[in-house]
Amino acid sequence: MKVRLTSLLLGLLALFATPLAYADSLQLNMTRGVTDISQRVYNLHMLVFWICVVIGVIVFSVMFWSILRHRKSRGVTPAKFHDNVKVEIAWTVIPFLILVAMAVPATTTLLKMDDTSDSDMSVLITGSQWRWHYSYLDYDIEYMSNLATPREQIYGRLPRTENYLLEVDRPLVIPTGKKVRFLITSDDVIHSWWVPEFAVKKDANPGYINEAWTRVDQPGIYRGQCAELCGRDHAFMPVVVIAKDPEDFEAWARSEEQRLADRRAEEERLLAMEMSKEELMEMGQQVHMSYCAACHQPNGQGVPGVFPGLVGQGIAVNDKTAHIDVVWNGVSGSAMQSFRNTLTMREIAAVVTYQRNAWGNNTGDVVQAADVHNFSQGNQ
Amino acid sequence: MSTVVTDTHSAHDAHDHHDHKPTGIKRWLFTTNHKDIGTMYLWFSFLMFLVGGSMALMIRAELFQPGMQLVDPHFFNQMTTMHGVIMVFGAVMPAFVGLANWMIPLMIGAPDMALPRMNNWSFWILPFAFLILLSSFLMPGGAPAFGWTFYAPLSTTYSTDSTALFVFSMHIMGMSSIMGAINVIVTIMNMRAPGMTYMKMPLFVWTWFITAFLLIAVMPVLAGVVTMVLTDKYFGTFFFDAAGGGDPVLFQHLFWFFGHPEVYIMILPSFGIVSAIIPAFARKPLFGYASMVYATASIAGLSFLVWAHHMFTTGMPTFASLFFMYMTMLIAVPTGVKVFNWVTTMWRGAMTFETPMLFAIAFVVLFTIGGLSGIMLAITPVDYQYHDTYFVVAHFHYVLVSGAVFSIMAAAYYWLPKWSGVMYDDFLSKLHFWASLISVNILFFPMHFVGLAGMPRRIPDYALQFADINAIVSVGGFLFGFSQLIFLAVVVKAALKKGEPAPAKPWEGAEGLEWTVPSPAPYHTFDVPPQVK
Repeated sequence: MKVRLTSLLLGLLALFATPLAYADSLQLNMTRGVTDISQRVYNLHMLVFWICVVIGVIVFSVMFWSILRHRKSRGVTPAKFHDNVKVEIAWTVIPFLILVAMAVPATTTLLKMDDTSDSDMSVLITGSQWRWHYSYLDYDIEYMSNLATPREQIYGRLPRTENYLLEVDRPLVIPTGKKVRFLITSDDVIHSWWVPEFAVKKDANPGYINEAWTRVDQPGIYRGQCAELCGRDHAFMPVVVIAKDPEDFEAWARSEEQRLADRRAEEERLLAMEMSKEELMEMGQQVHMSYCAACHQPNGQGVPGVFPGLVGQGIAVNDKTAHIDVVWNGVSGSAMQSFRNTLTMREIAAVVTYQRNAWGNNTGDVVQAADVHNFSQGNQ
Repeated sequence: MSTVVTDTHSAHDAHDHHDHKPTGIKRWLFTTNHKDIGTMYLWFSFLMFLVGGSMALMIRAELFQPGMQLVDPHFFNQMTTMHGVIMVFGAVMPAFVGLANWMIPLMIGAPDMALPRMNNWSFWILPFAFLILLSSFLMPGGAPAFGWTFYAPLSTTYSTDSTALFVFSMHIMGMSSIMGAINVIVTIMNMRAPGMTYMKMPLFVWTWFITAFLLIAVMPVLAGVVTMVLTDKYFGTFFFDAAGGGDPVLFQHLFWFFGHPEVYIMILPSFGIVSAIIPAFARKPLFGYASMVYATASIAGLSFLVWAHHMFTTGMPTFASLFFMYMTMLIAVPTGVKVFNWVTTMWRGAMTFETPMLFAIAFVVLFTIGGLSGIMLAITPVDYQYHDTYFVVAHFHYVLVSGAVFSIMAAAYYWLPKWSGVMYDDFLSKLHFWASLISVNILFFPMHFVGLAGMPRRIPDYALQFADINAIVSVGGFLFGFSQLIFLAVVVKAALKKGEPAPAKPWEGAEGLEWTVPSPAPYHTFDVPPQVK
């Protein structure tokens, strides 16, 4: 029965695999990964797997032999035995010894994985619905990392590209050959930061900080995703890590620090500048799509009972300052998070303007970055 | 095992004399008869099996291809949540309680359960629990969408108001389970026929006896944790919120302290069923009866010491991880003993392969596959890669569907002649078996691969490299789902008494008191206790 079943399964696999050719290669096993730890994990996985296969083959062989030979239709008379202390002791002790043999390499590997001491640099990773925030503790660098796959691909209006759902706007960048420590936490619900090729998966618990680490030897792009159910867009929260040579990494870090410093200076300068309503609306729509649409939906209708709608009701048509307040501070005790560290004042001004005028809201309100700045000053 | 010497009175007389009962709806509403209540539990669990199964089919339909085609991600999360809750609390657990109600009194020679009125109540609150739970679909925001594990704070601060209905329905289900468990324990301790010592009880009785203690131990923990979720959400407590000194990981410790014994609650009675069926069709006594009892007890004991193996990635101290890894690996020893005992029971028997035996053999093979992937999952460093992927989904469906559910099917075919008085349709039952066996493997086996390749569980959309396998899995899902309608047809046919009349003991090698009463079992049995030597 087992043999027949296996060949049947393989046949069916072949049958279905031919017409459905989404992927070039079919990955059926765990990745070996690109770190010493991930290699050890892979080897441990294969060791335990083969032990299980051998046990399975022995047990099932005895069983199927019995099924073939010890059947009534062959005219056998059943035996009467129902106890054998020696055999029973043997099949209690032998599995125990096999387990001890597995526990030894498992223990040494775990002790290595959990040793986060002597790291060369640290990155604070914060999960929030549904994006990752990376903050380099040794550099003046921090940014959000959002899903880059357009909604049109998800809803089938555009063809899906190679890295569908596994691509972000700003990946985490780390140097090769360095022990990078990850400090992992969350702003809202529990997330889990997972990169299979590093064999790193650690929960991001709100209010607590977990530690993990990796040392990547090969430069490259490594993809993973959130592994703990974190609400509606759990599937749309990928992790992308780029490992660069230390020199390239330093160059990247300097240019990134410069970029962020320029952005802050630009922000200061623009506080005094008025943007036209068209500019605000255009930028606001982009911000809405990237940051607000997951809950409030692209058409602002929200999800009844879960995420409030913004059309013709609520904050988007009532007091303007209250609207800025909600975006700036979030709403405590709800999924609405604070965007003060996520978005620039210009972006907040734009998205508030957009939401107050899109979808027939037509309040005519125009909010400038200076308004957001004034609000923040009065607020602090 | 018990050896029946005499049934001290003619069961047929009892049938004529006592078989009076109210008719119509009143019979079912007010019944205190263990057979009626068992029947209602079994029908209810089958109904829930179909409801939870149709949710699984919606999940598989959405996952047939990459991209969002049919449902919204929020609705998808409602489906995964409700599928899990309904299958665990609505399908598998009530099915076992139904089997316990029917079979424990018949197996120990008791006239009924010890607490018949409470028995009625423990069943009749269940439909209301599930009405409350299912009515949450009508609320704004729909049903709970935080997974059957309802991790805080997704289930507290970030959930919709359906959480309140979820909590209350959980309370009711817990009450029902506790009452059922008390009834089983009191019945077994007090109502065994003269001569039926503990070590002569059939293994189904033994496994249920131990299961009932597990239920009493952990259901109050579940009640506590859902209440804490309720107060965190509505009454300003901070059990699971660091902002007020709480800890979201505390939720997981409490939940899995309930949840892991719960896993064994759903599999120990299966061990009892299979231990009845394999000897019957191998025509040979069960190998290692005493070691089966001790193995069951040690699995139950260990189940309280392994809960945190569900939580290796939460950032536990290394030495806690090691402790839970070792304890979890240890469970393989008594579980292995059971599998070896079943195989040795078959060895040099004279086997025939009626449908109950086919399901029992499939149980042993597929449960063992699920057990072996369980050993892999126990290894903490590797679990970091498996955790929350489809590998885990494959693992627990192997033990719960091709394990627990297959054993329930085996039990249904084994005892259906006793319940209905007619033999089931053999052709349809074999068709059901082969369709289920093939489709369950198309459904769950490829999940191992897609999980190892890195596909997380509980996602409505996935990267393109997972597409082929998901398509296969979905085809298997629909085949398996619709195969279960064959089972419905078989049972309805038997319930309508269409089939050959069944003798008191339709299986040549079957043993036990239940086969000493006529088929169908009269409304009242063992008014005078039988003598067991």
